[in-house]
Amino acid sequence: MNNLIATTAIKARQLTDEEIHEIEHEKTHYPYTQAVGLEALKIVQKYQGWVSDESLLAVSEYLNISPDELEGVATFFNMIFRRPVGKNVILLCDSVACWMLGCDSLKAHFTKTLGIDYGETTEDDLFTLIPVPCLGDCDKAPVMMIGRETYRNLTTDKIDEIIAEYRSKN
Amino acid sequence: MDKPLTKNIEEGRAPFNFKQYEAAGGYDSVRKVVTMAPNDVVTLVKDAGLGGRGGAGFNTGLKWSFVPAPDGGPRYLVINGDEMEPGTFKDRLLMENDPHLLVEGMITTCFALQSSCGYIFLRGEYTVAEERLLAAIAEAYENGMLGKNILGSGFDLDIYLHTSAGRYICGEETALINALEGKRANPRAKPPFPQVSGLWGRPTVVNNVETICNIPGIVANGVDWYQGLGLGEFVGTRISGVSGRVNNPGCWEVPVGITFRQLLEDYAGGMQDGYELKAFLPGGGSTDFLMPEHLDLVMDPGAVQKAGSRLGTSLIMVLDDKTCPVGCIRNLIKFFAHESCGWCTPCRDGLPWTEQMLDKLEEGTGSLKDIEILKEMTGYMGIGNTFCALAPGAMEPLQSGLKYFIDEFEAHVDHGCGYSK
Amino acid sequence: MVKITIDGKVLEVDESKNLLEEVLSHGEDLPYFCWHPSMGSVGSCRQCAVIEYANDEDERGRLNMACMTSPREGARYSIEKASQFRAQAIESIMINHPHDCPVCEEGGECHLQDMTVMSGHNYRRYDGKKKTHNNQYLGPFIGHEMNRCITCYRCVRFYKDYAGGTDFGPQASHDNTYFGRWQEGPLESEFSGNLAEVCPTGVFTDKPFSKHYVRKWDLQTAPSVCAGCSVGCNTNPGERYGTLRRVVNRFNDEVNGYFLCDRGRFGTGYVNSDNRIKESMTRKSHDADPYLASTEEAKAQLQAMAGSAIGIGSPRASMEANYSLKELVGSDNFYAGISALELGMSKQILDIYGSRPVNVANVVDIEASDAILILGEDLTNTAARLALALRQSVRNLGKQMARDMKFPEWQDAAIRQLTMDRKSPLFILSPHSTRLDDIAAHVQIGSAADSANIGFAIAHEIDSSAPAVKGLGKDEQALVKTIAAALKEAKQPLIISGTGSMSPALIDAAANIATALNTEDKKANIALITPESNTLGLALLMGDSTASLDDAMAGESKSAIVLENDLYRRAATAHVSAFLNGIDQLAVLDSLKTKTGEQANLVLAAGTSFETSGTFVNYETRAQHFYSVFKPEASIRPSTFWLSDLTLAEITQACAQSIVGGEGMSHLTPDAEDLVDMKGMKVPRQQHRYSGRTAMRADINVHEPKQEQDEEGIMSYSMEGISALKDATVFNTAWAGGWNSNQSVFKFQSHTGGALKQASNGQCLIQSTAKDKTWSEISETNDVASDFQAFPLYHLFGSEELTAHADAIQEKATGAYIALNEADAEKLGLQASDGVTVINDGNNSGSVPFIIRSSIAPGSVGISVGLAGLDLYNVAGSTLSLEKDNTWTAPTNWKMNNIIVSDKGAV
Repeated sequence: MNNLIATTAIKARQLTDEEIHEIEHEKTHYPYTQAVGLEALKIVQKYQGWVSDESLLAVSEYLNISPDELEGVATFFNMIFRRPVGKNVILLCDSVACWMLGCDSLKAHFTKTLGIDYGETTEDDLFTLIPVPCLGDCDKAPVMMIGRETYRNLTTDKIDEIIAEYRSKN
Repeated sequence: MDKPLTKNIEEGRAPFNFKQYEAAGGYDSVRKVVTMAPNDVVTLVKDAGLGGRGGAGFNTGLKWSFVPAPDGGPRYLVINGDEMEPGTFKDRLLMENDPHLLVEGMITTCFALQSSCGYIFLRGEYTVAEERLLAAIAEAYENGMLGKNILGSGFDLDIYLHTSAGRYICGEETALINALEGKRANPRAKPPFPQVSGLWGRPTVVNNVETICNIPGIVANGVDWYQGLGLGEFVGTRISGVSGRVNNPGCWEVPVGITFRQLLEDYAGGMQDGYELKAFLPGGGSTDFLMPEHLDLVMDPGAVQKAGSRLGTSLIMVLDDKTCPVGCIRNLIKFFAHESCGWCTPCRDGLPWTEQMLDKLEEGTGSLKDIEILKEMTGYMGIGNTFCALAPGAMEPLQSGLKYFIDEFEAHVDHGCGYSK
Repeated sequence: MVKITIDGKVLEVDESKNLLEEVLSHGEDLPYFCWHPSMGSVGSCRQCAVIEYANDEDERGRLNMACMTSPREGARYSIEKASQFRAQAIESIMINHPHDCPVCEEGGECHLQDMTVMSGHNYRRYDGKKKTHNNQYLGPFIGHEMNRCITCYRCVRFYKDYAGGTDFGPQASHDNTYFGRWQEGPLESEFSGNLAEVCPTGVFTDKPFSKHYVRKWDLQTAPSVCAGCSVGCNTNPGERYGTLRRVVNRFNDEVNGYFLCDRGRFGTGYVNSDNRIKESMTRKSHDADPYLASTEEAKAQLQAMAGSAIGIGSPRASMEANYSLKELVGSDNFYAGISALELGMSKQILDIYGSRPVNVANVVDIEASDAILILGEDLTNTAARLALALRQSVRNLGKQMARDMKFPEWQDAAIRQLTMDRKSPLFILSPHSTRLDDIAAHVQIGSAADSANIGFAIAHEIDSSAPAVKGLGKDEQALVKTIAAALKEAKQPLIISGTGSMSPALIDAAANIATALNTEDKKANIALITPESNTLGLALLMGDSTASLDDAMAGESKSAIVLENDLYRRAATAHVSAFLNGIDQLAVLDSLKTKTGEQANLVLAAGTSFETSGTFVNYETRAQHFYSVFKPEASIRPSTFWLSDLTLAEITQACAQSIVGGEGMSHLTPDAEDLVDMKGMKVPRQQHRYSGRTAMRADINVHEPKQEQDEEGIMSYSMEGISALKDATVFNTAWAGGWNSNQSVFKFQSHTGGALKQASNGQCLIQSTAKDKTWSEISETNDVASDFQAFPLYHLFGSEELTAHADAIQEKATGAYIALNEADAEKLGLQASDGVTVINDGNNSGSVPFIIRSSIAPGSVGISVGLAGLDLYNVAGSTLSLEKDNTWTAPTNWKMNNIIVSDKGAV
């Protein structure tokens, strides 16, 4: 009869030991579980690349926070990805200092060379391009991040080198 | 000149570890503070005249003094390390290059606030700062500067690093508190102020990174020393910087009291060849443009306010003569429209409309009527009309842009943007 | 109170309220969206802007939101001077709002329309594209049209913050903010229908209404009382073309405030159903062919039965109908139509209300309570509106914290943030988990007998003169002390129980606790829930008589009149059939075809509570009058018409005189002279804008029919009559100039959010004046002979007879079932898809599916009540056994969705 009572067809993914370990660690930082919810989504994303419905439900069940509550925060914060992303997420700063120093042409260059617009992923799943608000490196504009790495004083040539490097790594 | 904020920072060198930091006089303020009465520390900081470095410039000690007397329950210090104001990159410098200074400042501050729990709310994109702060916190625990019974004083303190998942609005202190609680980062109504009911409904002080990095020096060396750091009537040092087409963009610890011209010419090396200074934003994307004639103003909140702007974060952004002011403003408005949390009407729905009109002007499909409505928008989203300061901040570059560059706005009506991209 | 000046006018206002509600209370128009009188202020929509001046010299002032402003003594404000800002705010809201008013269900009663007009914004300057969103399927009750959203956050503040729902919320941000579910699917909250009223525009709409939609002004409406349970929420149903279209809330501060449950709102489809009895039928004998009876013939046949017939009354029929039957057959021949156990408990409740030094709690009392104990009543399923009230009571601790810190009470978000998860204590003693567990300080799972024991012990702990309990375990003793201390410490403690557990002992225990809490300066609140809309009224009518359905069925009578009652829902099939077979002349008056009706010689088409007027007595003994909304078609007549020749008013008065406390029932409707400026006019059921009166039946007959006459009441079936703005003693539809939506109710309130100025809140018939404490003795509980003790499980959707016929309710309902915990299931070799038969006191229940609910106490078996498919009534029977039915297979359309939302993890 269990399956007759399920209110959603989505089944929670089993959280990995690493994920559980890190979530448990975060729990020690906060007196209320709700605060851990957002942390857990970040942890899941760290390991899975993005937060799938199955992952969100897994966090929901693990922390006893409703999936609706988690969805509310997951969709509020721009660094939680609720859609699949490529292996490398390119965060291109498009705020004012970078704009003054040509980030629009960098964006055009990405679109030309990778064939993707903002929010899109290359067909080989290697890159996703996302605009990001001011990265706080304005004296070295234009800047971008790929994953946890920051790249500064960008030019189109420099971008080609960086992309080639990532391609060769994968 | 003493540079209490950056004395340990040397370009190209890894930040000091605990031993090195201690050897350079680090954690002296903790040793001193545990012998003091907490309220005396608050008074000391108040007397020093340290203004908050997040942009508003409110007296830090005074802010602390609004925290009610302890009632046995938890009270929190939260460090706002969510640096995302366009054109601002000073806290990154401090956190990446001298993380122990922030940790020390937090310990001293928490003692003053009689708080046993502090959080650093760090922008998720600051990955280097994250690693270095985590290492510094761990070292502080290992060396008895954090944890139970610090230096045998009976004072307990835990510090946690929280990395954020984005959104500029988290820089607003009450939105930051919501984000830290794992909620959507809509700002909260004030009153009640966080000092009374903040994180989890408990007394909470939210301070900027740079603000707290000033505390060790003030506590260790006293009010006179701190006040002597500034030029003339001004007190202390601060991190100021320049971005845009200057020869040497960057940020530096400068004595409070220098002029914009000194910053631009002495520190940033002046404009690049072939570029003229057209205007500048004195302290982030949400400040009004100032013009070349304002360069000799002292970089002091009061002086800047008289000129019709705000000192904000004191990191100036230079608009050169080859860059379209309308495009620049459009970029800023687009940023603010996107970063609106969606809570209150004028900001949520007014900024996208403003952006749409600026888009039209850039594309050459705008009209004089749009310019009239843009002017109206600056009043509609003015201070006090919205739930928090995001939209009023967004209106600052727009209103001053409409004042100083109205000819260029009007020229856009017929021709669109004439600047080369 | 403080004196303020608004645009030169001096007003005296309450400084503990916010400026917006004070301004509205003084009759000023000030637009708003996010503020709600029951939900407080959050300051998000920026619509109620005013200018506040710092002092007499201040010319410029500063713009503030009135909803976030505490009025200051001597302060000067201007509504006028902020009008430009308010128009701008509306203009920016309207950027993305579609111009689909002509096809929007909210059109004509849209708060957004009203506020737009009020703000003066009438010309669109934005020329860009509008944002669009995807809509979600939210179940059978609520439609979703997100493009209309103006992001006022009211929906989520009601659904999550106020009603405790968890499956709905805001998503995304900036101008892309979205309100919906994580995944589309039926809304789980039992109060979801209020979204349609809380939403200031047409994002959330009443889905059953949409299927046969008409504009608000084309509805014929009347003040009504919900017949869905014993709370008696005030409603405002609307009719057009002879069908009932919808039900909306009608404000009554003491009963339902602004909100209804989904059973009451969406459970009215039965009125229009094919299952209605529309003609009276008669036949010579049980097996003869029936034929249509004329009205006169049917009535004559019925009246002729007087003298020989017994009358079987009904807890879902009005006071007047029951009284008329009693008069027709004579008191000695009148039976209550409910089991002896239920009648006994109902009379027990009346006795407690009358003889104990307690206060019977209405919804205001409940919301003000700061420590609550529930004994065995699954409120969400038996009296849902009160469960919603309890969600507000547990906030009283937070409100006290806020008062201590000098936060105004309207600072809703600030108080929630301050309070976090701290709550006033709510204790639940129940045989299973309930929907209120999430706000409970402690839930004690146990049988009714165990709960009663704990209850008696609590009473003794509070007042040692109450009878003591022996043999409590250590844990129970500790719990008793905890609960007793919390209740004693409270300023306004509340005890809730009722007939739901079918345990008289539990009710006695509740009475003892409430009695024990009585001190010189404190009266405890008590609320004892009964099953149906007029159960307590029926019990009052019985007077000293204890004649129950059991007695009727045990009698020898050959002739019986059954009033609005399907006996097969109240006793075992075999038992009822045997009884009815022995009856030669059976008359049944009802609105719906029932199994009982099938046996009748004479069936009389009776009106529902929407087509008749009368009085219901709710769980508090509050008598409330409901007015017929429309005249039923064909030969349908009120039961009172069939049973009596008196006018309704005469019956009401006679009934009032015949019962204890009946005086309060005799003035529920105003006389003509009570209304001001009547000039011979009645109160109209139709609005001034009611359209098509001369043409609406032109496809049938071009002759304009005569307006229906209401010969008896003070209301008329027409547009003409006294305007509600002149006199709202009969409070029908809320509507005022410029305020076309239900928000206009404040125009009829003595103070915004407070009691209505004129209309009756009903009258409690029994109000205890007792000072002395008397105690119920602890009855010897006979150990149940079988391995299992049964307890009833109720469902908001399905357990009530009439509403279960509504299509929308059926989508949320399920068939009958039996539930055990895992360990017991294993013991019996049962798996969660087996069919099970219950043998109870020798009666076979028939086979029903078996499910597992982890929270059920060992040795207890939960038996669904009122749901189709289970022939089991006396749940408290003395012997009970379960047998697996190996031949049973689940029907393919078997629906178990929504069964136990609170037990989701376990099911």
